[in-house]
Amino acid sequence: MRIELVKRPERSQLFAAFSPFIALGLTLIAGAIMFTVLGKDPVEALYYYFIDPLREVWSLHELAVKAAPLILIAVGLSICFLSNNWNIGAEGQFIMGAIAGSILPVMFPEFQSWIVLPLMLLMGIAGGAAYGAIPAYLKVRFNTNEILTSLMLVYVAQLFLDWMVRGPWRNPEGMNFPETRTFSPSAVLPEIWSASGRANWGFVFAIVAAVALWFMLSRTLRGFEVQVLGQSPRAGKFAGFSQSRMVFFAFLVAGGLAGLAGISEVSGAIGQLRPTISPGYGFAAIIVAFLGRLNPLGIIAAGLVLALSYLGGEAAQISIGVSDKVVRAFQGMLLFFVLACDTLILYRVRFVGSSAAKTVEATQNV
Amino acid sequence: MKKTILSLAAAAAVMSFGTMAAEAKVKACWVYVGPIGDFGYSYQHHQGLLQAKEKFGDELETAYLESVPEGADAERAIERFARSGCNIIFATSFGFMDPTNKVAGKFPDVKFEHATGYKREHPNVATYNSKFHEGRYVQGVIAAKESKAGVAGYIASFPIPEVVMGINAFMLGAQSVNPDFKVKVVWANTWFDAGKEADAAKALIDQGVDIITQHTDSTAPMQVATERGIKAFGQASDMIKFGPTTQLTSIVDDWGPYYIERIQEVVDGTWKQSDIWGGMKEGHVVMAAYANMSDEAKKLAEETEAKIKSGAFNPFTGPVTKQDGTEWLKAGEVAEDGVLLGMNFYVKGVDDKLPQ
Amino acid sequence: MFEGILITIATAATPLLIASVGELVVERSGVLNLGVEGMMVMGAVTGFGVALATGSPWLGVLAAIIVGALFSLLFGFLTLTLVTNQVATGLALTLLGLGLSGMLGESFVGQPGVKMDYIYIPVLTDLPLVGKLFFGQDPLFYVSLLLTAGVAYFLFRTRAGLTLRSIGDNHTSAHALGINVIGIRYLAVMFGGACAGLAGAYLSLVYTPQWIENMTAGRGWIALALVVFASWRPWRVLAGAYLFGAVSIGQLHAQALGIGVPSQLLSSLPYLATIVVLVLISRNRRLTMVNTPASLGRPFVPDR
Repeated sequence: MRIELVKRPERSQLFAAFSPFIALGLTLIAGAIMFTVLGKDPVEALYYYFIDPLREVWSLHELAVKAAPLILIAVGLSICFLSNNWNIGAEGQFIMGAIAGSILPVMFPEFQSWIVLPLMLLMGIAGGAAYGAIPAYLKVRFNTNEILTSLMLVYVAQLFLDWMVRGPWRNPEGMNFPETRTFSPSAVLPEIWSASGRANWGFVFAIVAAVALWFMLSRTLRGFEVQVLGQSPRAGKFAGFSQSRMVFFAFLVAGGLAGLAGISEVSGAIGQLRPTISPGYGFAAIIVAFLGRLNPLGIIAAGLVLALSYLGGEAAQISIGVSDKVVRAFQGMLLFFVLACDTLILYRVRFVGSSAAKTVEATQNV
Repeated sequence: MKKTILSLAAAAAVMSFGTMAAEAKVKACWVYVGPIGDFGYSYQHHQGLLQAKEKFGDELETAYLESVPEGADAERAIERFARSGCNIIFATSFGFMDPTNKVAGKFPDVKFEHATGYKREHPNVATYNSKFHEGRYVQGVIAAKESKAGVAGYIASFPIPEVVMGINAFMLGAQSVNPDFKVKVVWANTWFDAGKEADAAKALIDQGVDIITQHTDSTAPMQVATERGIKAFGQASDMIKFGPTTQLTSIVDDWGPYYIERIQEVVDGTWKQSDIWGGMKEGHVVMAAYANMSDEAKKLAEETEAKIKSGAFNPFTGPVTKQDGTEWLKAGEVAEDGVLLGMNFYVKGVDDKLPQ
Repeated sequence: MFEGILITIATAATPLLIASVGELVVERSGVLNLGVEGMMVMGAVTGFGVALATGSPWLGVLAAIIVGALFSLLFGFLTLTLVTNQVATGLALTLLGLGLSGMLGESFVGQPGVKMDYIYIPVLTDLPLVGKLFFGQDPLFYVSLLLTAGVAYFLFRTRAGLTLRSIGDNHTSAHALGINVIGIRYLAVMFGGACAGLAGAYLSLVYTPQWIENMTAGRGWIALALVVFASWRPWRVLAGAYLFGAVSIGQLHAQALGIGVPSQLLSSLPYLATIVVLVLISRNRRLTMVNTPASLGRPFVPDR
């Protein structure tokens, strides 16, 4: 028996709506099997994964804290991926944004004013965008593969941050530990609703950015340009769109948003620069972008789901002793199922018996 | 409607799972920065958890979170523990310092213990650390006795005071035997990358060192040393299995006694804020069996260990000169803990430049 | 000392070379599998576990190759049969591999592994200066060289290799010519998985004979970079792997010599060097255009 795909005449609205749920269902089943194999009660495990983190208000705040950088980075990446620019270096752009945004609170701590925070955010955006411009420039000017340059630049950014917080920017009152001084209150991104938890304005930025980019993609000429150049560069050329400008546009948007995520995380959730400021948000955001099918609104949901899986993973680790490796395996599985189910939107799956397959093969080989 | 179903499910879940560990008197919780499978730093903390579990049996409920990244996630992990009924929480990495203090302010009834830090902003926060440098001094003594080349290789992780302190203690120990002893330092810029640590060990050996010591966590340097037929020191745990003919000794981080002591205090209601910097004397730093060395070296090592253990000798006792030639400690002067904990300079003889 | 340094470089380069050569074949067939890191780490844990259980490093290697190939089938099924996005699927594969290997390897932590012995040929290995370098390394070092030569021969000197490249260059016309595009791509993906598995086993059986979570530590990504770096030519992959190895080892030596440059700068040299060389190579558009598989990463659904 073999599987054949038959292209649908048009996108299936039915599966477009239902495929995420089918994927979730399959993940739950596969997860239940996995937990049973591990000797855990599957219902209990799944409960801790998906329900427990949603039960308390503080936990919902934490969900927002965790999801904010994922969504911010992922919506930027969606522009890149839709236009065929494979930026997988958002982690580096996140870090560089965080560094650039921290210039004021670290180097001029006595400068305290309402203007500090807006300036920090702008500098964060600029820092991320500038770092994103490097692979864009190399791609346009030298035709260098952006997947690799953007990835290599991640390592460079991590080491640069490491050097900064151990060397020039080390906290003078920090016993020579690797960290910058803690930001003054005027440099800290406020919490949205501090009475009940610590979710900060970074989450609001994420939602605003997602809605804005959704509008741009679906309602403006620039959005149309992104899609056309992504699907068919030749057609885009005939339409008079510039491939090079699009490369820069995509990288600057993605880098800028990653930078904004970086400075929001540092200013809102951490309060200082440290050798590690991201547990791999830039990479996890790639998953979020695809989970959300490169649609900014879908990405909001995807970011929340992925964040939930982190929180749920912790809950399961504490309460029933599921190890944290399971979380990663689980995330990989979820992504597999989502990707596989999305196939149903564009294609009909046909199962062909083995004899029939042979005939097909035979006719092909003639 | 949806809400009702959710809360029903939640209620059912609470009922079925809520009664599980009702007998335990105390719940102790650990936050680890690495995987417990690192066979190094986090592994050793986890061994401490296991020791406590064995000691208290059913009286103690334990929980842990591994691979918790420093940064925004740490605060969530600690707060989650505080909310889930932990009586005492051990946050075992330096990067957890600010989150620990922040959460401690919100949960005054929960005890917080932060390893390797210095901030105690609330009465329910204590700090603890181990004087690993005492073990490194003994290693230096052994290295200088056993090395024919007169130069040892030091695989370091990151330039933080603790690591710098270790390098200096090793150097001083070696100089106490051979004033001309040299130490070559390679910064691996990782706590944990077996391949890179192995490469660093090979590079050092190719540059003529005949003893390797490490302040990174994997056993790879030990294996490389075995292969190249030189001697090496283990790190964090007893690595003799990885180098039966190679390991001279190892500094074993034994956190168990401290954990047991502090949990007992919570049980008794006598827990108080403190700043414990335990060493050999307190049993926090244990030397693995001295092996693969001459009797003379072994004897000297044991004597040095005994001297430090009894409190008669501090590895940082003058006269000590800094790398730049200025005097740091006068003859007989003992370094203050505060200076050590923020140490950012080398003593004379270290063949490396510290990033400033 | 000089020989020692060269051998160290060879050891650092060999896993990169093996994984890269495998991925090169995959990419030449027009498929981009970003899951190298995941397949590699699965190979590492399997190789370690089987060698530990049986006492034979060779059985470990064999198992790692098989598991690498099987694991890559997962990627193949999604991207080739279900035509999912290759970038996302590859990333998912890495995620799954890192998680699964951690679960499987939990009991291996802290256990000394089985080390593959070095080759010893009387007289030749004992030659001064070069004996060990040429005749005294681990067997997989020689395998990696043979593999490179074999892939170079296969791709550019055989009909099957030509077919594979033609699929990578234009799957639609290859299909029109009656070539079984998907079938051959499946084989290529499995070859890549097998190589990644072997590279992982090299880490856990030769490089550092032990199991540690995430022990690949990003080497799968470097392997991916090397393929492009080499503009999809096997011998250039070899050059790239050794260059990368040399820079990584060189920076450690520079530190041991105490030259006083920030170690972060030295540590970032291999990455910066990769970028510079990538730029130099890709500047020559004509050259890269000729070698880049034109269908790389594009979905293919046969018309029926």
